[in-house]
Formats: sequence, structure tokens, C-alpha cells
Amino acid sequence: MMARKVVITGLGATTPIGGDVPTLWENALKGVSGAAPLEDDWVKEYDLPVTFAARAAVQPTEVLTRPETKRMDPSTQFAVVAAREAWADSGLVKEEMDQNKLAVAFATGIGGVWTLLNAWDTLREKGPRRVLPMTVPMLMPNGPAAAVSLDLGAAGGAHTPVSACASGTEAMHVGLDLIRSGKADVVMVGGAEAAIHPMPLAAFSSMHALSRRNDDPAKASRPYDVDRDGFVMGEGAGALVLEAEEHAIARGARIYAELAGSSVTSDAHHITAPDPDGLGATRALKAAMFDGRIQPEDVVHVNAHATSTPVGDKPEYTALKSALGDQLDNVWVSATKSQMGHLLGASGAVESVLCALAVYNRKAPVTINLDNQDPEIPLKVVTGEPAQLPAEGTIVALNNSFGFGGHNAVVAIRSV
Amino acid sequence: MASNEEILAGLAEIVNSETGLDEADVQLDKSFTEDLDIDSISMMTIVVEAEEKFEVKIPDEEVKNLKTVGDAVNFIAAAQA
Repeated sequence: MMARKVVITGLGATTPIGGDVPTLWENALKGVSGAAPLEDDWVKEYDLPVTFAARAAVQPTEVLTRPETKRMDPSTQFAVVAAREAWADSGLVKEEMDQNKLAVAFATGIGGVWTLLNAWDTLREKGPRRVLPMTVPMLMPNGPAAAVSLDLGAAGGAHTPVSACASGTEAMHVGLDLIRSGKADVVMVGGAEAAIHPMPLAAFSSMHALSRRNDDPAKASRPYDVDRDGFVMGEGAGALVLEAEEHAIARGARIYAELAGSSVTSDAHHITAPDPDGLGATRALKAAMFDGRIQPEDVVHVNAHATSTPVGDKPEYTALKSALGDQLDNVWVSATKSQMGHLLGASGAVESVLCALAVYNRKAPVTINLDNQDPEIPLKVVTGEPAQLPAEGTIVALNNSFGFGGHNAVVAIRSV
Repeated sequence: MASNEEILAGLAEIVNSETGLDEADVQLDKSFTEDLDIDSISMMTIVVEAEEKFEVKIPDEEVKNLKTVGDAVNFIAAAQA
């Protein structure tokens, strides 16, 4: 029996280059930078080596009510904002849903780091009595998934894939499985992150993962450029409504694309360094394509992981070359972290939103800051203007995400 | 030291920030659980924030006796004295 087909019927996002999907897409095609100097007092107070980041263009406090923001960590706030947009976009009606067939898979890389560290400060400065009772539900990494399930009345399970910077894409993988297996008809998948806090900034700095281009933040995230020196911390969330095809057709839903295949592998090589030959990533790419019955010549676009670190960008090229062979010369590659920085556990979800829009609109978003392409990474990168994808026929976009711990997640998104 | 009116206004502000309820709805005769629909976690948050705002101690075993907003105002007023 053929597995159930799974389609994407709703999109939501709140990112450094747009507080909703229409703004995100418009800017992604234009090519803008979301990075800027941080104006927080703690930057000077702690003399941080990195003084900029890519803050969300619209803070959730501008969108949610005060009691909502008070009871949710910023990571959960981002999740709820993006999920509400995706839900509204899907046209699904809560009251008409079989709640037990509605599930959530919402990822995060780090979880409620603001809540955790604020509570620790409170404990030290004011004592245990002042540590508020909502602290635990706010700091737990399943907070975003739980809040989204409460918001939607989703009773079919709320999952929290945690695989560092692969988390958001792994959530897509989980959602696909839930629908194919018949456990759910609709799954709200996504990823959220809010870690622009001095401690994670200091910690990522000390491992030399972050760009130190403090004098020119907008130029700092430059995947594939010879002068790349690390990633730029971003924040926000992406959300997608995954739906069984027959469920979507029965209600006459607009279908952006099919989530055709997915795969998750692990390098088992090193806790932070990617396998230099990209072997784990290659296996993930090949498995996702096999899962979706996809041939290399079907693939026309890749939203690459491409964080702009000196060591990370090249093994992904090696993996793409192994998986796609000569077809890679025909594939438009977008490195959208050049625009919005690295949203860690949210990045895979936001980039999946962009892939769905890319196959739906047959346009691939722009990579900025690629002034001098690394000769060891001869990819066909979209720069300057958005790339026109083939106007006719079925096309496939791949979204790659890799995380500390050797996590590799790939999804294949096909036009319908 | 705050007057009873000031304590009521301060409590109303805390309740509004925690629950979104209109400050005008926070009246002396209102029950926290039955009228204002405040759950135990919110109640503890309100207690901790009231302790900080009015510089008093509200022991945990006392919280169950604070059934109405008036009970809380009276307790805080007495504790300040």
C-alpha cells in the first residue's frame, strides 16, 4: 500500500527579516540583512566579544497580550505567534477538527534559556521565594510544543524534537511520520528559538562559532564567501501545517507543496565538528530522496544549512555533490542565513517555509554577502536577483539542517 | 505604608498583569478563584509579587485564607503595620 501523501497547507513565521510570512518572503527575494548592533546594556556590562545579532523584526510583546508574554518564555512566544499565523493561513477551523487527529511537533534547540537564567539571577539576588511558580513550565524545552497544542486544542500528542540546529527540520520529519502512519491527519510542525542572551552569546563566542565582524553586522553572515568567519545569532520561529492530502482535498484547501520525503541521520563522528567528508549528511540526503521517490534530476533548489562558519559550509557541498552528482550544476542553492542569521532550532522550520514558497512560486530566495565565492565550494548560488525555477513540470526543493551532536535532517518538498 | 486604597490599586495592577483582567474588576468583595478565575499558580505569582511590592511576608499557609481581594488587602495592611 502506498503511504499517505502529506501536503503543506499553512505557513507561519516570525524572523529577523519579517514578522510574518508575506514580509519574510518579500525580503528573502529582495535580499536584506536582519543583523544589527545589540543595544542591550549587557553587551557593554559583560564586554562581550560579539556585539551584534539578528533580532526578530517584530517582538512577540508587540503581538501577544501581557498575560500571555508573562507566562511564556520568549521561545514559546515566538512559537505561538508563528503557529497562529500558519493555522489562520491553512483555513482550518478548530471546532471542525477531530482533536485526537491533530498533533504538534514543535522543536527548539535550547529551550527557555531566558527564563532559566533570569530565575537563577532572581534566586541569587532575592532568594527562593521570588522564583515565580511559572518558572518550570516556562523553561522546559517542550514549552513551545505544549503551548501550541493548548492554543490549538491539539490532543493527538505534542512532540519536541531537540537536535540543536537540526531541530526544526527534524520536526518536519516527525510530522510526516505521524500523518503517514495514520496517527494524525493534521500536524502543526515548527521550531522556535530565543537565545540572544549574553550567556549563549558568550558560549558560542568562546567556541569561535560566531562572526566577530562587530564593525559591520550586515556583512557578517556570508556563507560560502572566502572571508566568512562564523555565524550570526538569530531568533524567531517558523511553523507549517502538514495535512494528509485527502484531508486537504476534502476541504478544498490551498496546497503549497507536498512534503515528499524526509530523513534524519547522525554522524557518530564528533560532538561539534561535522564529518569532514559529509558522510552523515550524504546519507540523510540520499535517504530523504529515496523516501520521496525522488531522482537527482527532479531537484532544482536547495535551501542549504550554510551557516557561514569556516569549517561547516564545505562538507555540505561534498554531501550535495555525492547525493546529486552532475545534477548539482543545475540546482539553485540559497543560503538564507546570510539574511536572517542562524535561528538555531528554528532555522529548519523557517527554511522549510521558504522551500514551500520557492516551489509554490517557482522562485528561489537570494543569498547576500557572497562577494568572493570559496573556490572549494563551486555551488550555483542565488545572488543578486531571485532565481527563476523551471516554470513547468514537477520540481523538488531540499532543505538541509545539521546540528551539534552530528545531527543531520533533510526534507524534500515537491510541487503539486 | 500604603493605605487600603493603595493596596487595592496595587493588587489590581498585579492581577491585571498576571491575568489580563480589567483592574476595575478587582474589587474587595471578589473571590480570587470563583469571581476572578485565578488558578493556584497565578495566585502564588500574585502573592510573591505582592510581597515584593508591599514589602511584607505572606506565609504559604496563609494564602488559603485569602479568599477575597478584601482578605488580601486586610492581610497586607495588617502585615505592614
